[in-house]
Parts: sequence; structure tokens; C-alpha cells
Amino acid sequence: MGYVAIKGGGQAIRGAEDVLEALRASEGMEGAPLSIDAIENQLRLLTSRIVSEGGLYHPKLAALAIKQSQGDTLEAAFALRAYRSTMPRLMETQAQDTSKMRLIRRISSAFKDIPGGQMLGPTYDYALRLMRLDLTDESPEKFRDIARQFLEQTPEPNLPDTFPKVVEALREEGLLPQAEANEALPFDITREPLIFPVPRSAALATMARAETGSLLALAYSNMRGYGDVHPTIAELRVGYLPVMLPHPITGELTEAGEVLMTECEVVAMYEDDSNHGKPTFTLGYGACFGHNEVKAISMAILDRALQKGMKEGASNPSEDPEFVLLHVDGVDSMGFASHYKMPHYVTFQSDMDRLRTTQQKHEDSKNTKMGDAQ
Amino acid sequence: MRKILEVRNLSKIYGKGCPRCIESTGPEADTNMCPHCGSVVAIHDVSFDLHEGEILGLMGESGSGKSTVVKNLYFDQTPTSGSARFIEEDAKHEMFNLNAAQQRRLRNQRFGMVYQNPHLGLNFGISSGGNIAERLLMSDVSHYGEIRERAKELLSRTEVLLSRMDESPAAFSGGMQQRVQIAKALATNPPLLYLDEVTTGLDLSVQARILDLILEIQQERNTAMIVVTHDLGVIRLLTGRALVMKYGRVIESGLTDQILEDPQHAYTQRLVASAL
Amino acid sequence: MSVTYNFGFMDEHAKKEVRRSILKAISIPGYQVPYSSREMPMGRGFGTGGLQITLSLIGADETLKVIDQGSDDSVNAVNLRQFVELTCPGVNTTTHLNEATLIQSRHRIPEVPLTPNQTLVLQVPYPDPLVVVEPSEDKRKVMHGEADYARLLVKLYEDIVKFDEITISHRYPTRINGHYVIDPSPIPRWDVPKLHNSPALILFGAGREKKIYAVPPHTKAEPLAFDDVPFRVESFNDAQGNRRPCERCGATDSFLDEYINEDGSKRYQCSDSDYCDTVLAETKEAANA
Repeated sequence: MGYVAIKGGGQAIRGAEDVLEALRASEGMEGAPLSIDAIENQLRLLTSRIVSEGGLYHPKLAALAIKQSQGDTLEAAFALRAYRSTMPRLMETQAQDTSKMRLIRRISSAFKDIPGGQMLGPTYDYALRLMRLDLTDESPEKFRDIARQFLEQTPEPNLPDTFPKVVEALREEGLLPQAEANEALPFDITREPLIFPVPRSAALATMARAETGSLLALAYSNMRGYGDVHPTIAELRVGYLPVMLPHPITGELTEAGEVLMTECEVVAMYEDDSNHGKPTFTLGYGACFGHNEVKAISMAILDRALQKGMKEGASNPSEDPEFVLLHVDGVDSMGFASHYKMPHYVTFQSDMDRLRTTQQKHEDSKNTKMGDAQ
Repeated sequence: MRKILEVRNLSKIYGKGCPRCIESTGPEADTNMCPHCGSVVAIHDVSFDLHEGEILGLMGESGSGKSTVVKNLYFDQTPTSGSARFIEEDAKHEMFNLNAAQQRRLRNQRFGMVYQNPHLGLNFGISSGGNIAERLLMSDVSHYGEIRERAKELLSRTEVLLSRMDESPAAFSGGMQQRVQIAKALATNPPLLYLDEVTTGLDLSVQARILDLILEIQQERNTAMIVVTHDLGVIRLLTGRALVMKYGRVIESGLTDQILEDPQHAYTQRLVASAL
Repeated sequence: MSVTYNFGFMDEHAKKEVRRSILKAISIPGYQVPYSSREMPMGRGFGTGGLQITLSLIGADETLKVIDQGSDDSVNAVNLRQFVELTCPGVNTTTHLNEATLIQSRHRIPEVPLTPNQTLVLQVPYPDPLVVVEPSEDKRKVMHGEADYARLLVKLYEDIVKFDEITISHRYPTRINGHYVIDPSPIPRWDVPKLHNSPALILFGAGREKKIYAVPPHTKAEPLAFDDVPFRVESFNDAQGNRRPCERCGATDSFLDEYINEDGSKRYQCSDSDYCDTVLAETKEAANA
């Protein structure tokens, strides 16, 4: 009789890798490998999701992660995160001013017209969700013409460098409280564990790289009635934020590059100030790398809900910082769900031992009782 | 009789408070909410002593602050100012200067609490016996058989059917739940018991039996008790001494018989008259 | 694009932080030290907490053994070992316990007692034994600080009331050095006594929950129980009450895995594969001599 314990693990892993790779190339002779550029551009929203959930702004590596994980968003974000663990930190940015974003889209649902104007930009919001069958056999020539034609037909935009924030107008009127100058360094979730209670900056950082679907589900619970944020979008903006870093020699802030970001500010119903000051609206804030509108909106709603929970105690799951922040990370949750596929022979052996003993005791006591009855 | 509890100038204010809170609240002001800052002065300047085996009544209407007093003394809340000293044969404890672990020790081993709402005093997720076990385990009893025996003894003393001791109290009637709470409070044989409106909301006949039980226990064990109630009948039956409270202040105190027979304060006179 | 990795995959600052947390864990036996767990290239729950400890401690002169369910050759053990070989050039790996200086394990402590020169790293899915009675981490922290474990003991009480037996099979809550109660990771009860006064340092790493804790050498480790209802390890006796031997090596002092044959009958073999091999070799040697 041979030893039947778990043998041949190494061989099995190699086999799994081979078959995965073969499936990726299963188009055979007809196929062409996906280029990283094609993924980054043609699957731009997918790439956006990965830079955001991966917590690393590197669209090229994000595209590569999508390619190697065959489109699994959790796996792709995970690969990017693990890569990030290997990188030393060279510098830290100061707080960046998002009014300086080079915008591609900006809307407010609170006001018809806003200073600087509404800009619909690229959005599926009003698209008819009909199958575009013409894309099934798109010719390369026609495909290449699309961008060229768009640029030719679009007049040179005459956009200002900065767009004022809608919430500023509300602050000036006293409808929103003044932003408190916060000199404290923001909480760094990549270096500090979350020990509750945590500051708001820790919550914002955690949500900024959270898994989109998880954030949406929790925010949706608040929207549906397990909570009472009742948000109005003061402003949602998408664009390229110049990243300013201190010059290594002069110390002067210098533009080091730009990152595509989505930012959302929601205004929620006012509440009674605990200091018996003037009642004002309250603000929820969401921002993340890439073009991820649903994520930014969900985050803004949850930010507002969590602020309430931190102050008054949670009366709904979406207001409980522990509940929200410990359950929205895609890498943590998918890893743990997957780990159940690993062998648990030893613990199950232990479980069976307990159950058998308990069953035996149950049998014994039943027999004793029957004996008593006779 | 030995003194076991000395409460001095106990105050509890909800809200940030302001210099005018005290002068602007109380029976004369006819409110406990400060009109200047909106804070609630739940209790102010409450002082009393309690002796071994004595039953002290705290009476008043809702909002008078009577429950707040025992919540502070049981460490459910932290007072804004004031002191309380718990005196044992061989030790004195400045209750509000103790650290959390020391407070927990007193709470588990020296005090017992019976709440009006059994949900506050009992864990409905475990059996009635388990509820008593919890208190014994907190006091480092680590012998299963001993815990079991002690739980049986207490439940039979408080007249809970032993055949139901392994059921959750959720399945019990209100009166039975209070009996389990009393058994739990007595588990460590504490010298001091707090009873917060324990019979409120129960049927009259059930009330009477629980009050009898409380009196018997006091006589058997010489347990000191602070009884919070708005019910003059309960005050009359159980307590020897009483404090009358209104809007956070003690307006009258003394022997219960005296207060009920010959109330001095106009408010007490109205209370007593209305109960007749 | 090509990528080269630092020795031990993580950058040096991250490794240093993990080591600081380990020192703190050793100083306060059983206390769960929070640390900023890094993302590793394997799933949370696959041993990332243990791996970060291993990678932070490992140097070129170290000899590493990785086991999962007692076996060096299970998929996850192989995976972790290959990853260390890939990112820590020069490090030796072994399947023999007596050669190893650092042992990373999931769900088992080796049968042969560890030595003072060895460090055992256990992978932990749930670090906090109080989670079964209190979901809020904030409240649990206070309970641990005050050594307030009554509600956990009530669970044992309720078990005995209901089943006449403590039904906790693995992850058995164990009190360290008379204060903190730990979740000793999903090792079977069989392995819990090995924690007590162990000559080797035992470290616990929970990557997803971001905690590190330790049972330092020669430290008390007592499974929670009642004076009159003692803690019991798994029984491997047959219906007649005789101890089942491993059907491969004949050992009667090891934790056994149970297998179901094609015909529905059962057979039993050592869970610790290295131990099984060692006993088998010794038996053969004795037979040849």
C-alpha cells in the first residue's frame, strides 16, 4: 500500500500553470496576442478599475495584469498590489489641489449651471444599451479612422486651467461648514494597520483602493434605507490631476506627471450641530485613481455614513467603520474566499473526532434513559 | 451596622455643560435642560450613605435622575463629578478612581444589578444557567460541577423551574425573566444590589411575589439594596429610608414611613396624595 | 519590461517593520500585535501572514522547511517553498525537521519536539479567539487587556450542557503565560500541548487580519477548560479501545489522517509525512540489523 498523503504538489501546480496558459492561447493559429496598449485603451475602464483597486497608478502594468489574469479583475488588482509591496517608497506628495485637474468630464446634479460650466464628457449614462452588432467584425481601417475623425471635427477647446469647486460656492454661502484646516498627516494604510477607532483619512484611503462591487453594495444598502444619507451630487469630476512633488534640490513644487482620477462630492441633508451652531449641509467625499464613477459616488456616500457612525455610533452596517472598512478590500476578501479550496484535512479530522464523540455520548445517554424506563 | 457605601456630590451632565447649567436647572427652574447650552443635568449634588442590609429607595417620576444614580454606581455610566466610596471589611474603594479592570471586578463580584428590561441584564443567546455561569466564571470559579450546582441552587431559590435552566430566558415570561436576573445578580453573593424598576410592567400578582422574594433575600443574606422606582407601593413595602428626586436633585430624604406619612416638600405631598 | 526582486521579496523597510512587530509579540506573550500586512503574490488565507514572518526573518544561512497539513509536498507547501527559493537565493530548503532552522506550517506542529535552535511559524486565518462571542474588534481589545474571558468560558459551559462535551475541535483557545488567550491557529487539539513550555520560539502570522503574536520559548500555554472537565486531544482508538497504528510506519503516537477505501472501509496514516518516513526508515533499519 502506497503513501496516499498529498503528493506530487509541485507537478500539479506546474500542470495548472500550463493549462491556464494554453487556454489563454486557445484561439490557435487564428489568434493574435492582446497588446498592452490595446488593453489600456480599448479596455480603459477595466484598466481604470485595476489601477484603483490595485492602489498603484501604473496603467501599463495594470493592463499587463489584466492580460496575465485573463481578465479577472480581482486577480489583476491583486498582482498589481503584490508588485507594489516590493517597491521602496522614495517620496511623499503633499495634499494635491483637485481644482487644478485637467478635466474630461464634470457634472453637478445640484445646480443647473455651475461656475465653469457642466461638461458631460465620456459617459455611458445616456447611451442606449443596445447591442452594437457592427462591432463584431470591425475593420482595422474603420477603427483607426474613429479617433482621427473625432480630433479633426472637434474644435480646439478653450478650457481654463482650473475649475472652481461647486462646494466652495456652498461654503461661501454658509450652507456647508468651512473646511477645517487639518495639519495632521493623513493615515497611511500601507504602513499602519487599522486599529479602531480610525481617523477619517484612514477610512478614505481604505475605500480609495477598495473593491468596486463591495463598496457599491454597502453604499446601496444605505441608499435603499439601511441608512439615511440621501445624497445629492454637488460635483463629480473626471480628469488628469497634475502630481506635484518637491524638487529634490530646490524643494520647489514641480509637476512630476499626471494621474487620471475620479472625484465626487455629495451633499447630504443637514443636521443639527452638536455645538448648537448654525445647522449646515454635510459633505461626503470620494476619490480614486482612474475613471470609476460608481466607485467614487459609493465612496462619497459611505464617507458621509461613516462620519455619522464615528460621531454618533452606527445604527446601520454602512455607518459602522469596522463593518465597512474590514470588508471592502478585494485582495483580502477574494483571498480568503479562495483559501477554502485548500486542503483542510487536519481540521476536518478534528471536527469528525468531536462529532463522533458527541454522537457516542448521545447514544449512551439515550440507552441509559431507556434502561431506566424498563 | 457597618456603612458600605458613601456617595458624595454625585453629578451627571449630558452635553458639554456651561457655567450657568446648575443655576438654570432643577425643581425651581422646572426643567433639567439648561436653556443656555442645551445640556441635560441628569443629576446634581446627590449624596447619601448606605449600610449593610439596608434597603434605600430612590423615588421620583421619569426624568428625575433616579436611574442615573444607580447606572453611575454600577459603572454603566461615568459621572461628571462627585465621589463614591465602597467600603468592605478590609478595604475601601474610591469607586471612580479605579481603573477599568478594578471596576469590572467590583461590578462582577461585589455588586448585582437587576434592570427593568431583562435584555440589559441577561444574555438571551445563552441558557439561563449559562447566564449565572457567566458571572461565576468572571469571578474565577473554574469547576463545571460547582458552577452547575450553584446555578441550580440560585434558580431554585428564586423559584425558576430547574427543568428549564438550560433554556434561553427568551422563552420565559416577564416575571420569570426577572427571577433569572435576580438569580444572576446574586450569583457571587454580593453585599450590594441595585434594583432598577424591577417590577414595572409586570402583573400585580407577579409583582407581589417578586417583591416578597426580594425581601426574603435581604433577610437571609443581609444584602444592602438601592431600589429605584416610581411606585410608592414598592417604596413602602421594601425600603427603610428613601430619597425623593425631581429634575436631578434630591428634594427630600429620610425614613420612608416619615416621608409617606408626613411629606415636607410640596412635590412629595402631591406624589403621596396622588397615590392614595 | 523585466522585474527583479529584493532578497525576500518585500522591501527592507517592510521587513524591518515586521521584525519590530515580532519583537513586540515576543515581549508580550500572546498579545496580538497589529502590523501593516503587505500584499504577497499569493492569496490572503494561503499563508501570507506566515510568509511575511518567514521572509522577514530568513537569511542566507537559514534552512527552511514548509509544511501544510503535515506534508511537505502538498500544493500550498510546494508553492510557498518555491516562492522562497525564487526570492531568497542561497537559502536552503529541506523536508527533514532535524535539518530545519525555520519551519513554516499550516495546521500542524511537527510530531518530533522542536529544539531551541528552531523557530516555528504558523499561518493564522483567525487570530482572535474572542471573535465567536464579540464581533467588534474595539471591544475585544478591551476584553483582552483585562483578561476578560468569561464569555468564552460560558461557551464551553453551554457546550457541556448541550453535548456533554466541549465541541471545539481545532483552533482551541489557549491561555498564554497566564493572561492573553490566543487562537493557536487551526492546529488540531493534538498539537496544543506542544505549545506548552516549548524550547522553540513559536510565531503566529495572520496576513489578512494583520496581526502577529508569539508563544516565546519556555512559556506556559494552557488550553481553556474546567477543573473537572479537562481538555482532551483527538482519540485514535478503534471500537475496542485500542490505539490505531499508522498503517504505513506503525507509529502509535502520531496524529492520523483518515482515508476512505474504494470498498468503504477506512485506513489511517500519519499526517506528518516527515515523521512517517523517519519511523519507517528506522523500522527497516532495525529489521535489517
